[in-house]
Amino acid sequence: MPSVMLKKNPEGKLVFYVPKKDLEEVAESVEFDTAELWGGEVVLADGSKYYFEPITPPDFPITLRAKRVDSGED
Amino acid sequence: MAALTREETEALIQEVLEIYPEQAKKDRAKHLAINDQSLEKSNKCITSNRKSLPGVMTIRGCAYAGSKGVVWGPIKDMIHISHGPVGCGQYSRAGRRNYYVGTTGVNTFGTMNFTSDFTEKDIVFGGDKKLAKIITEIEALFPLHKGISIQSECPIGLIGDDIEAVAKKGNKEIGKPVVPVRCEGFRGVSQSLGHHIANDAIRDWVLENRDGDDSFPTTPYDVAVIGDYNIGGDAWASRTLLEEMGLRVVAQWSGDGTIAEIEKTPKVKLNLIHCYRSMNYIARHMEEKYKIPWIEYNFFGPTKIAESLRRIASHFDETIQAGAERVIARYESEYQAVIDKYKPRLEGKRVMLYIGGLRPRHVIGAYEDLGMEVVGTGYEFGHNDDYDRTIKEMGNATLLYDDVTGYEFEEFVKKVQPDLVGSGVKEKYIFQKMGVPFRQMHSWDYSGPYHGYDGFAIFARDMDMTINNPCWKQVKAPWKTDANSEAVKVAA
Repeated sequence: MPSVMLKKNPEGKLVFYVPKKDLEEVAESVEFDTAELWGGEVVLADGSKYYFEPITPPDFPITLRAKRVDSGED
Repeated sequence: MAALTREETEALIQEVLEIYPEQAKKDRAKHLAINDQSLEKSNKCITSNRKSLPGVMTIRGCAYAGSKGVVWGPIKDMIHISHGPVGCGQYSRAGRRNYYVGTTGVNTFGTMNFTSDFTEKDIVFGGDKKLAKIITEIEALFPLHKGISIQSECPIGLIGDDIEAVAKKGNKEIGKPVVPVRCEGFRGVSQSLGHHIANDAIRDWVLENRDGDDSFPTTPYDVAVIGDYNIGGDAWASRTLLEEMGLRVVAQWSGDGTIAEIEKTPKVKLNLIHCYRSMNYIARHMEEKYKIPWIEYNFFGPTKIAESLRRIASHFDETIQAGAERVIARYESEYQAVIDKYKPRLEGKRVMLYIGGLRPRHVIGAYEDLGMEVVGTGYEFGHNDDYDRTIKEMGNATLLYDDVTGYEFEEFVKKVQPDLVGSGVKEKYIFQKMGVPFRQMHSWDYSGPYHGYDGFAIFARDMDMTINNPCWKQVKAPWKTDANSEAVKVAA
């Protein structure tokens, strides 16, 4: 359950940063990204996947807890 | 010597690794790489921020060095107690040349050493009482100080002293911030964790002191310079450029900085990060908590300065954008004259770097402006994100070495034969004795500043006087060089 710092880059894409791992990556897709709901499975540009409990859309930048989804799962 | 091809570089790495035992070879191989600009991510080619191998000569520092020496030390109006045995503070005292204005010992304390001078008794019975006494004494002897930070040395963590409790009590007693920093030297793999711990201490104990206090008048052009330690006056050379383009620099972190500036930083509109490695943590925190965006910039060499000034200006309105263009135009004749003078003397020279923080990638642009080429670079304590940013700056098939060992570095220099090596003072005399021109690039070899347009002129002069110094021709005994022995015969 890494803490993930999320922010929007100037192009409006979600940037994913895990301090402990120096992982800084743009998110390719977010499962739920609507006006009411945000979260679910997030796929990063390097192919790794993380899962966020769906919540009402937060105010970025923000630090949230994520679950690592094993890349070999599906 | 011509530039190495990819295969030659690969062979060179293999050759250097040959001497290690099996396990060590496997481990070290991960830290040596050949640059490939097509890669997006450095973790495909290089491993970093790992524990150094026992038995090799690493060039790294400790967490205390990262916190006291780098982040906290330059804050000039605070007193930084090196809490523990006397050596750590004394041997790191005033060596980094973080310039500041003020009267040392009266209202500024940058070059002084305050230590609790632990002895056996303090280890056995604990040092908390001594620490409390020191805080009281400091308040009596140096009443103009603006705060105290307690920089833990290794024994503090080992014996389990409660410096936080002492700090809280001290804070009540003297009415000024007293910040405990848990930067014991054994933490982490290098000074990098010390930076992080120091950033976290600022976040927890200082940054929010003025939250909700709006008495400080702000302007739309407020910025903070973060991660510039004013080595040889660097931050001043950077600050003038920013002010000239119309920005107001509210805080300098932490070279020539004060605790008041740090407390005011949450009021700025944009954080400018020079040393990403040591202060990105606090910038990210401020982005999240105070919604202050941050950008990295690079003030080494005119090309990068112009690029950075324009990027900084793009976050503001037209007046600042016009200001940036005005600044670039104003200095153009100056830096062009520097390039015209030194480029013919330095063109084509090859440089190998091995430094820390931001410099292994930031100074590349300055060398390129002088027509020089960086053929190898590496970080003492960089992380993956540093190498991500380095790959694009370096040429293809150049060497990357992380936490290089003394042996590897020497071998690389022998084989690559650069015209200049830039590294720390521990490496300086080895390479000078090998007859390789050397600059100490941690604190600019007692020169500087190197930032900004003013600094570039000094940078170019220093590189020229090092590389083209006639002494390098005298390193070899005259009877050992063929050309010279001919000359001697003719003269005889």
